[in-house]
Amino acid sequence: MAEAIKVPTMAEYMAEGKKPEVLFWVGCMGSFDDRAKKVTKAFVKLLSEANVDFAVLGTEESCTGDPAKRAGNEFLFQMQAVTNIEVLNGYEIKKVVTACPHCFNTIKNEYPVLGGNYEVMHHTTFLKSLLEEGRLKVEGGKFKGKRITFHDPCYLGRANNVYEAPRDLLRKLEVELVEMKKCKKNGMCCGAGGGQMFKEPEPGNKDVNIARTEQAMEVKPEIIAAGCPFCNTMMTDGVKSKDQEKNIEVMDVAEMIANAHDL
Amino acid sequence: MQFLAQILFVIALVAGVGLFIRNIRRIIRNIKLGRPVDRKDNPGERFAMMARIAFGQSKMVKRPLSGFLHIIVYLGFIIINIEVLEIIIDGIFGTHRVMGAAGPPYNFLIGAFEILAFLVLVGVIVFWTRRNISNIYRFLGNELKGWPKNDANYILYFEMVLMTLFLVMNATDYQLQLKEAPYYFRETGIIGSFPISQFLSPIFEDLSISTLIVIERAAWWLHILGILFFLNYLYYSKHLHILLAFPNVYFAKLTPQGQFNNLQSVTDEVKLMMDPEADPYAAPADAEEEEMPAKFGASDVMDLNQVQLLNAYTCTECGRCTSECPANRTGKKLSPRKIMMDTRDRLEDVGAIINKKGKFEDDGKQLLDDYILREELWACTTCNACVEACPVGIDPLSIILDMRRYLVMEESAAPNELAIAMTNIENNGAPWPYNQMDRLNWADEK
Repeated sequence: MAEAIKVPTMAEYMAEGKKPEVLFWVGCMGSFDDRAKKVTKAFVKLLSEANVDFAVLGTEESCTGDPAKRAGNEFLFQMQAVTNIEVLNGYEIKKVVTACPHCFNTIKNEYPVLGGNYEVMHHTTFLKSLLEEGRLKVEGGKFKGKRITFHDPCYLGRANNVYEAPRDLLRKLEVELVEMKKCKKNGMCCGAGGGQMFKEPEPGNKDVNIARTEQAMEVKPEIIAAGCPFCNTMMTDGVKSKDQEKNIEVMDVAEMIANAHDL
Repeated sequence: MQFLAQILFVIALVAGVGLFIRNIRRIIRNIKLGRPVDRKDNPGERFAMMARIAFGQSKMVKRPLSGFLHIIVYLGFIIINIEVLEIIIDGIFGTHRVMGAAGPPYNFLIGAFEILAFLVLVGVIVFWTRRNISNIYRFLGNELKGWPKNDANYILYFEMVLMTLFLVMNATDYQLQLKEAPYYFRETGIIGSFPISQFLSPIFEDLSISTLIVIERAAWWLHILGILFFLNYLYYSKHLHILLAFPNVYFAKLTPQGQFNNLQSVTDEVKLMMDPEADPYAAPADAEEEEMPAKFGASDVMDLNQVQLLNAYTCTECGRCTSECPANRTGKKLSPRKIMMDTRDRLEDVGAIINKKGKFEDDGKQLLDDYILREELWACTTCNACVEACPVGIDPLSIILDMRRYLVMEESAAPNELAIAMTNIENNGAPWPYNQMDRLNWADEK
């Protein structure tokens, strides 16, 4: 990950009178959070590798409004949504891909009624389609045979029934995929959804991310695979609090694929 | 004498069914206190969902033991109702086992009822043990103390008694037929088959015919009066789910679980704010004014929609939602089951005021704070585990969200850190205080 990568913006495309195949919606965490930025870069490298004609909004992107809506601030959510939709529609965007299940859910499900209709994909689904089209090749590489468990993000899995795409990608890496007791439809939250990411939890006897990390540790994974920047942070914190950061890594599925390629 | 019994029976039947109808009408009236919601789309899909989830109990078996036992009790309930039909006909017309004329099919049915009654008895005893002796997380919640726990046990005792009465009635009937008692004995042979009660029957062998008749009649009467009583107990009990599970599943949300509803009233305001040509002082059109809700979000049951209120009456308090709730499992105050129970309790309290005074008068209470605490609402991660876990399609999350909307939009009462995050979103387009102009900096970072 030495040299800076070329990331075209929609404005640049527009200036050239071109349209990209897909808009990469980076999201707030993907743009600002140090850990999530690594996932963003890994995904961009994969897009370049697969010769995908993509663009980002860059400084024109704003929060989708997901945390506001789920915290009950429908006004703020709709203000954000309407502004974002104006930008997206202005660029005549058809297809959106994002590495954040919260952005994915909001743009896919909650923007249409406000006038934003796009084909929205989670990055794992998009990567899977690139594989199927033969544009991207994935082989085991350095993850071959490693014991890995996938933590289902609520807003990808239960909320939108995407369970198989991330797992299919992991299988391509020839890992030993082990499932937690609570997985897929019955998966447990990392504790960050619904605005919880931005506040201290209510008093209880344990934090949700610790409980979830314990569930993951039950299956003794070398890597906890994530598909959401929120989950990634929460599980990383959980692993740290258990002093297991030397034994268990938390990685986004896209990062793993990029790493397997030594991108 | 015979006529007297028939008259008493008809009086009991009319009173029982009449009271039941009054209760149902009250429920409908209370549910209609909620805001209307359109769930009339996709009737085909809705019927299929109802057939699968409510009738077919597909979500019950996610927990195999309680699911399997529940299916037995459920089948027992449905099938034994056919027997109740015969009891009602016999009661009104003074006949005895009127359907017995059907011969072998009747014998088969009675035999099947007996086996089911026995299985129900076993199932109910296991249920009682699980509830009272086994340490099962979802039966230990604070919200289950007192009436809810007693209610659950009363239902189980009731079912035990009803099933026992049914078997005693058959056992004595069988003895009376063997002893060729007038009225019970028919030349054509034994009416009914008694695969279970034949084992009870020897207990009654040495009794005289008149004593047997007394026992048989007592069991018959107690059985039907018990059923009529139970019918009216439903209204006061979590057992209401045996009726409401069906409409509740039918009207459940069909859209993706992650899709939260749009508030049209907010959309109208936002449009007005974003439209440079809009006159902010213009009076809204009359029609629009009518549609505008009195407030954003929900602080009391009347602010919730009718499906949410139906949800509250349907809740069986099984706690599958709560046992899947990540907040609850980590010791926080939130319990989705309690959200549903509180909503029903409040709705019942509002209904009681209407019963008494003819219309709702402010009692100084509301769902928020007096029933559901803010701490519960803010502990929710909106993960939808409770919605997924509910075997009858209840959506506690929608109530939590509507109440959060009230807290934020009417009271500006979000927890401080969340309020800061929201201010950041408003000013910087991100929940953190970063500049929107820095959004693409990652691309240049090594």
